[in-house]
Formats: sequence, C-alpha cells, structure tokens
Amino acid sequence: MDGTRTADRAAIRVHDLRHRFGRQQVLNGVNLECPSGQITTIVGPSGCGKTVLLKHLNLLLRPDSGTITIDGIEVTLLSSRAQNEVREKFGMLFQAGALFDSMSVFDNVAFPLVELTHLSRQEIAKRVRETLEAVGLDGMENKYPSEISGGMQKRAALARALIRRPKILMLDEPTTGLDPTRTHQIHELVRQTQQRFNLTAVMVSHDVPAVFEVSDQVAFMHGGKMALMGTVSEMMAAKDELFQRFLEGRASGLDERPAPQPGGAPK
Amino acid sequence: MGLVSLIGRIGAYVIDTVTSVGDFVSFLASALIYTIMPPYKPRLLIRQLRIIGADSFFLIALIGLFTGMVLGLQGYNTLARFGSSGALGTVVALVLVRELGPVLAALMVTARAGSAMAAELGSMQATEQIDALSVMAINPVQYLVSPRVLAGVISFPLLTSIFDVIGIMGGWAVGVLLMGAPNGPFFNGIAQNMGAHDIATGLYKAIVFGLVVMWVCCYKGYHAQRMATGVSRATTEAVVLSSVLILLWDYFLTSVLL
Repeated sequence: MDGTRTADRAAIRVHDLRHRFGRQQVLNGVNLECPSGQITTIVGPSGCGKTVLLKHLNLLLRPDSGTITIDGIEVTLLSSRAQNEVREKFGMLFQAGALFDSMSVFDNVAFPLVELTHLSRQEIAKRVRETLEAVGLDGMENKYPSEISGGMQKRAALARALIRRPKILMLDEPTTGLDPTRTHQIHELVRQTQQRFNLTAVMVSHDVPAVFEVSDQVAFMHGGKMALMGTVSEMMAAKDELFQRFLEGRASGLDERPAPQPGGAPK
Repeated sequence: MGLVSLIGRIGAYVIDTVTSVGDFVSFLASALIYTIMPPYKPRLLIRQLRIIGADSFFLIALIGLFTGMVLGLQGYNTLARFGSSGALGTVVALVLVRELGPVLAALMVTARAGSAMAAELGSMQATEQIDALSVMAINPVQYLVSPRVLAGVISFPLLTSIFDVIGIMGGWAVGVLLMGAPNGPFFNGIAQNMGAHDIATGLYKAIVFGLVVMWVCCYKGYHAQRMATGVSRATTEAVVLSSVLILLWDYFLTSVLL
C-alpha cells in the first residue's frame, strides 16, 4: 500500500476519473472534492453517471484512469486486501437498503461486527441497540426486513452502515420511493447522524430541490463530468442554464441516456 | 465493408465467448481458493450441508426407492426370458451404484437445491446485497459461494450412497418379494460381483457432480442481471446447464473410470 497520508481538508478527492462500458464513456473526467465533516450531494439527470461514480468511491468498480483519494489514501491501484482496509473507513447506504432478508433487523445491523470484529456478544448487543436508537428504530430488533416499511428498512440499513463508526458515509438515493414527509424525515436523520458522529457524507440523489435542505455542497453532474459545484446558495445564484433546466424538470436538452448496467458484480 | 464488419462481428463473438468461459473458470478457482483461506466459518458450511444435504434426504430416498423398484421389475422380466433371474441383484446393484445413483441423485439435487441457490443468489445480486457484502469488506465469493461448493462436494456422495442403498432395497422388494426372483442369489450376486472399484466409481462421479452443480448454480445466480427477468433466467440457465453438464461429465467419467 503506497498511499501516503497528507493533511487534507477534503475527505474524498476525485481527479479526472474516467470509465467506459463498451462504447459508452460513462465517466468522462470527473473532478470532485468532498470537504471533511460536510454533506456533499451529487445530483444530475438519470444516466449522467452519478451511480457509477459512487460505485468507484465505494470501491466496487475500478476506473480506466484517474485517481480517488479517500482520507489521504490513493485507492484506485490498491490490492483487494488493502482496499478492504480503506472500506473500514466508510459505511454505505444502498438505494433499496440491501438488507439481508434472511436475517432480523438486529442480525443485519450486528452483521459487520459479528463477521469482522472479535467483540463479545454483550458488547455487540449494546452497540446495536445504541445505533438502532440513533436512527429511531428501537424496539424493532426482532422484525425481519419484509415486516417493516420502506422508510424503516432505510433506517435499519443506515444503522448497519454506521455500526462500525465510519468516518465517511455514502448514500445512494436514500429517499427513492418515499413520500415527501418520509423524504424530509430521512434528510433530517442524515443531518442528525452526520452531526452526531461527525461524518463526511457523500450522497447521490435526484430528489431536487428537497435534497438541498440537507446539503452543504452540491455537485451537478452531466454527461459524465461535473458541470457545476458549490454550496446550495452558490448553485442557486449561478445562472447555469443546464442546471436551471434540470431544476425545473425540463428534460429537453438534457442528454437523456439509459442508465448503464455495469455487468453485475465487482470482479 | 461487409466483409470487414463480418470479421469484426466474429471477432467480438469469439472474444465474448473466451471472456465468459474465463470468468466461469476463474469463479470456480476463487471459490476453491477461498475455501482453504481464513477466516473459516463452519457455521456457513453446516447451514449449506443442511440445505443441500439433509433437506434433500426424503426426496432422494423416494426417487431411489422407485428407481430401484422399476429396475427390479424391468430387470426381472428381462432376465427371466434368459432363465437367469438369479442375476437380478447384480444387475440392479451395478446399474444403481455405477450409473443411476450418482446421475439421478445429482439431477434431483439440482432441481431442488441448485435452482433455489441460483434464485437466492440472483435476488441477492438484484437487490445489491452482494455489493453490500463487498462494501462491508466481506468477500462475497468466500461468504456465499465457497461454503456452497464445499457442501455440495461433501453431500453429493452421501446422498448418492443413500440413493444406492434404498434403490437396491426397492429392487429387492419388487424383484424378490413381488415377482419371485430367488432371494439368496440376489444378495450373493451383489457380494460376489460388486467390488470396491464399482463403489468408488460412483462416488467419484458424485463428487464431480457436486462440484459442477454448485459451481454452475452459484455462478448463474451470482451473475444474474439486475432486473425482474434476470433472476428467473439465471435459475433456468442454472438448472439446464447443470443437467447437461451432469450427463456430459457422466459419459466422460465413465469412459475414463471404466
């Protein structure tokens, strides 16, 4: 592992990231900085490459070229084993939660501790209860994912992402499929947990403008690169035509492409 | 231009085929390597032994019984024409132990456990549960595939042995009790004519089938496409390809081991 640690205000730094699936250049030179201790939200039309970008940040895909620095470590060329060490730094909330449906909420949240640490049963139970309480799911330990609502599943998945006390939290469209009230609640929850655990969060969302209530930084992605970046007020002030059109929901002129399916599992 | 694009298309097809065969083989290789690498999770292996092995017991016993019974019936009728119904035990036992036991047991476990496995892994892939494992720094092949492959290699020979024994009893019940073949020669024939080599042949086959079935079913499920039809397609392909490979390997193994 050749990653040298440097004092860096950005927890995640992406430089000129490129990835091509077949003939489609999905990432076309992405540059991004996610400041430490803040929530950075990546927005953009479907097919702009934001989910693929997130799959690079959580090390499920390797880029064709470019660099990703997570907490001072350049991760794109690390061996799988060294990547696993980097993975301890972050928790990930998947779009549909990705809870293991054969396990109860308790076992799902405890899973990373059971599999990857040598903590005692009591210690694990204590940590799980604390974390479930933090996401507002106390008393749900023995339910199975199929027995709780979509919003609760996301809370449980968030608890699982937080259970190892990561420094960085990644969220893939955490409010997809939720009504506006639930969306607001999840945004509140993301903000609360971010502050409580002092996290750097990076979130992919197409829930504009609702997601701005929780974002410190916004990055607007279009055509495989960042078209505009800044704080929410900077973004609103910028008279960027593409971004304005995106906000107004006028898809015309935005290059709509089908979302690429990166052939299943990571190799 | 037409010729160039034709050559291009053939090239793309060849590259695709070679790549997917390579993926298929390296999938098994990594599953096997992770079987011997720590961390060891006996809990996962035991769970799969239960699902593939123990839960298949009654199905295997039932199919074994009826296979043996039909062998007893057909065997007696055929042998009686030559006046050699005393050889019934030998025929039933050799056919079961060398051929039908391993093949039918493997086909039944494919239908029962293999299909379920492909569907389970397929829906885990579709709902990003496999990605979730990777992101949590847990190797999904080691966690999901290795225990299944190992459990297959262990349980297939055991299930085959059960199939054989129950099948022979079924053949005896029909041939001797029902049709009236002589009882003594039935068992004497087995004792005299079936050697350790015959039994070993059947068990070697069962081990290979266990490996092949789990390999195919896990591979197909693991690489299911992330859409509604992806899981059903993976399951179908897993069962069809497993069944075809069982019969192909059966021929080659028979010709080598005979």
